[in-house]
Amino acid sequence: MSDKDLEGAGSELAATTPDPVPDPGLPPHHWRPTDVDPKAERRAERQVAGWFLFSALCTVSFIFSYFRFQVGDNWDTFLGLGASTLFLGLSLSGALLGIGIGIIQSARKLMSDQEIVEMRHPASSPEEDRKKVVEMLGLGIEEASIARRPLVRNSLLGAIALVGLAPIVMLRDLGPLPQDVNNAEEGLGLEHTVWREGMRVVTGVTGRPLRASDLQIGDLVNAAPEIEHADVGDWHQLHGHELLISKAKSALILLRMEPRDLTPWEGREDWDVEGIVAYSKICTHVGCPISLNERTTHHLLCPCHQTTFDLADNGKVVFGPGARALPQLPLAVDSEGFLVARSDFTEPVGPSYWERDSK
Amino acid sequence: MLLLGLLLTGGLYASLAPASADETASTAELVQQGRELYITGCSTCHGENGEGVRNADGSNLGPSLVGVGAASAHFQLATGRMPAAGPAAQIPRKEPVYTADEIQALAAYIASLGPGPGSPTPEDYLLPDDLTDEERDEQIAIGAQIFWDNCTACHNFNGSGGAMPNGGEAVPINNREGQIIYEAMLTGPQTMDVFSDGNITPEEKRAVIAYLQSIEEQPEYGGFGMGSLGPVSDGLFVWVVGIGGLVLAATWIAAHSTRSKKDKKVEA
Repeated sequence: MSDKDLEGAGSELAATTPDPVPDPGLPPHHWRPTDVDPKAERRAERQVAGWFLFSALCTVSFIFSYFRFQVGDNWDTFLGLGASTLFLGLSLSGALLGIGIGIIQSARKLMSDQEIVEMRHPASSPEEDRKKVVEMLGLGIEEASIARRPLVRNSLLGAIALVGLAPIVMLRDLGPLPQDVNNAEEGLGLEHTVWREGMRVVTGVTGRPLRASDLQIGDLVNAAPEIEHADVGDWHQLHGHELLISKAKSALILLRMEPRDLTPWEGREDWDVEGIVAYSKICTHVGCPISLNERTTHHLLCPCHQTTFDLADNGKVVFGPGARALPQLPLAVDSEGFLVARSDFTEPVGPSYWERDSK
Repeated sequence: MLLLGLLLTGGLYASLAPASADETASTAELVQQGRELYITGCSTCHGENGEGVRNADGSNLGPSLVGVGAASAHFQLATGRMPAAGPAAQIPRKEPVYTADEIQALAAYIASLGPGPGSPTPEDYLLPDDLTDEERDEQIAIGAQIFWDNCTACHNFNGSGGAMPNGGEAVPINNREGQIIYEAMLTGPQTMDVFSDGNITPEEKRAVIAYLQSIEEQPEYGGFGMGSLGPVSDGLFVWVVGIGGLVLAATWIAAHSTRSKKDKKVEA
């Protein structure tokens, strides 16, 4: 071909500059043993079928295990493990693995792996088709007469937008606004708990009231308000949802230490009873319950983000991301000698929130 | 030889003497025997009369043992923490140095220094044999709740232990003797809090121990627990074995398969 011929061949070819590096083409294809040796091919076939058979057997044993092994009150065990969980897991993973390995093996050994060249085509549809679609769309708009009647169009758009508001309004049913729940009498809301003057401090699980003399130096009690375990005066024992809320807000850490180790802030001098101090168990960072305490240092460490509070020093933060000291519950002793609260917490327990004043 | 003689005569005396006289006599003898062991093995750090020894800078070389009681002495000696190799924030557990008899004598001596919690007997830390299965299960259930409320923060949900501040460690408490666990609650060794009888009653302590023993016997229903250490061991397994396995599988999928030097025969 001469240069003149190329020019005449059309604009497409003329636009391409000759490649400075000649196309080397595809390297010669090397065949696999399975391509050239019928024996190897049949062996690979059997291998692949073997994996699929393995998978099938696993599925059968999955179904068998499901019905064979007992769970519930009377577990079957195998080597100290729950037999049902173990065999269901092993057989199902074997079934999936068998299919996977079989497919990969057949792709590697049996499917054709000869390199093929496929030329690239333009991605867009032919010009003719595109014109036709635009025409049809125009015709549709014309016939619906929306463009000519802006009143219909705009009122339709408005109606659709308003329908979208309906589900957003229903979100209001998720619960009362935090500032609407604020009841010191019943200990409701973010600022109050069920602790009140004279409420006994009891052990968390067993609900036993505590005397100061029950505790030794170094004792740590995970404590709760008595209302979670018994009626208090004319206030009935908490149950269900109310009990859960109380547990989340009123849980206490009670610690007895040498009275001389305590360094109370002004106004807190009489909040302890013979070295027994009570703090909220709820971390002021993001609200994890804490009871990981080192007796020798009085340091209480939150396991979530390592905020450390010094319980000998008003629950002050000595390490970590917490921003506020642990709220302290003022303690006293009632006429029968049991530990009681002198009031509710004097500040909200748990993490900070927007509406909280920063005192 | 002398010690053997002493032990033999002591043992003979104990078995032959009338029961009422035996109590006081053998206690006095135990205390004397413990005193001798104490002077040799413990007095360097704890003082000749258990009054404690201070370093030149005022810190404790060994704390006073007056009033710590037999429970504390038995716990520290039977777990091999005492005698300690040296003063440290946390004294590690090791093989006990003293025999059971010697520990009993030492504990009797320490108990004689001042009133303190006594060592529990099997009736204290084991559930009675005559409980029905239902009553036993009930005790275990109560023990579990007390364990979750008071112990899991440091010792992990399965009693496998965990990390404490400043390089410390809350030790694993599974597969431990009931007596040791009881004594640990009663005395609060090292940095552990105390759970005295007013805090967790003797019956409740017994229930906690019954729960701990029940989870030792329990099969691992969900498969291998990998030490029940929570996200640490689970995460390590997923990253190393799980993701490692995926990398190996991907390498196998993409690797070149074997090639033959022969050419394919073109079928006629």
